[in-house]
Amino acid sequence: MALINPKKKEVQVKIVYYGPGRGGKTTNLEYINKKFKSRIKSEMVTVKTYNDRTLFFDFLPFDIGMIKGYTIKIQFYTVPGQVKYNATRKLVLRGVDGIVFVADSMTLRQEMNIRSLENLRENLASFNKDLNSIPLVIQYNKRDLGKQGIPILPIESLEKDLNSTLKASYFPASAVTGENVAATMKKIISLTVISLKEKLDLGGK
Amino acid sequence: MDFTFDFNKSQLESIEAILEEELIELGVECVVLIDLAGNVIVNLDNGRCEHDVYSLAALAAANFGAVSAMANIIGEEEFSLLFHKGENDSIHFSKIGTDLLLLTIFGKDVSLGFLRLKVTEANNKIKELV
Repeated sequence: MALINPKKKEVQVKIVYYGPGRGGKTTNLEYINKKFKSRIKSEMVTVKTYNDRTLFFDFLPFDIGMIKGYTIKIQFYTVPGQVKYNATRKLVLRGVDGIVFVADSMTLRQEMNIRSLENLRENLASFNKDLNSIPLVIQYNKRDLGKQGIPILPIESLEKDLNSTLKASYFPASAVTGENVAATMKKIISLTVISLKEKLDLGGK
Repeated sequence: MDFTFDFNKSQLESIEAILEEELIELGVECVVLIDLAGNVIVNLDNGRCEHDVYSLAALAAANFGAVSAMANIIGEEEFSLLFHKGENDSIHFSKIGTDLLLLTIFGKDVSLGFLRLKVTEANNKIKELV
């Protein structure tokens, strides 16, 4: 949960980009880091393996200004998508306030998306959190690949697979070109901050 | 387990006073109290320290989580104290209660033994407050 510091009048909000391996979570943060450089005061932190895959997480702090007199510090994290790194994913999910699920639109990855979402549900449950009630945005990434002749799933099919019961906000996107990366980010920030409003009204007491 | 930590202003001021008295006055460069989700609760420094404490907190929480998982593998619940030694600066990590971690960054002129003593004193005082 978000950490409210009534002395500094500051709120730290944790938003995690989750999804299957090679789905574009890190690319989302890299795009945000490049596009919104003026709002990002420090370097993006990334812990990668030798072959450039996320080992632990990426971390990007992002200032969105003040709400109700509090400085809101958004902290974006990604998880390592590879199946074997579940222990690390659980560590990163600790204290999460909002989630972007980055699904891979490639037809080949249909099963991986479903498994990763299920894994997210299980990992959240271990922290007594419910995927149905946490602020969530789903991003259908790699839509640009369709134009290159690579088979991708239609949005309707992805929606049926992943979002038929969750009914979360979703965006077709391309993290490589930047299409809807900012829209996804803005949506999750707004959902998460709204969910924290009650706590902010109480002044962190 | 997730976190339910919230600190009120007077708790934060008391924690700052303890860290100032026990550690900053000892000559450490920077001291950061974080939770295991990687949030910064309190950070103080000697006025000459410009570290990116938010990134440091995220990595420290993850590092502590990874080391705890290693501890479990060898049958320990956790390693409550970690220490990374650098050529000029070092980092000392100490767990406070179940969910907090105290990071102390210090130079060669601070004795590790004395620092550990002071960290333990600060640790005990903070535990009484939270």
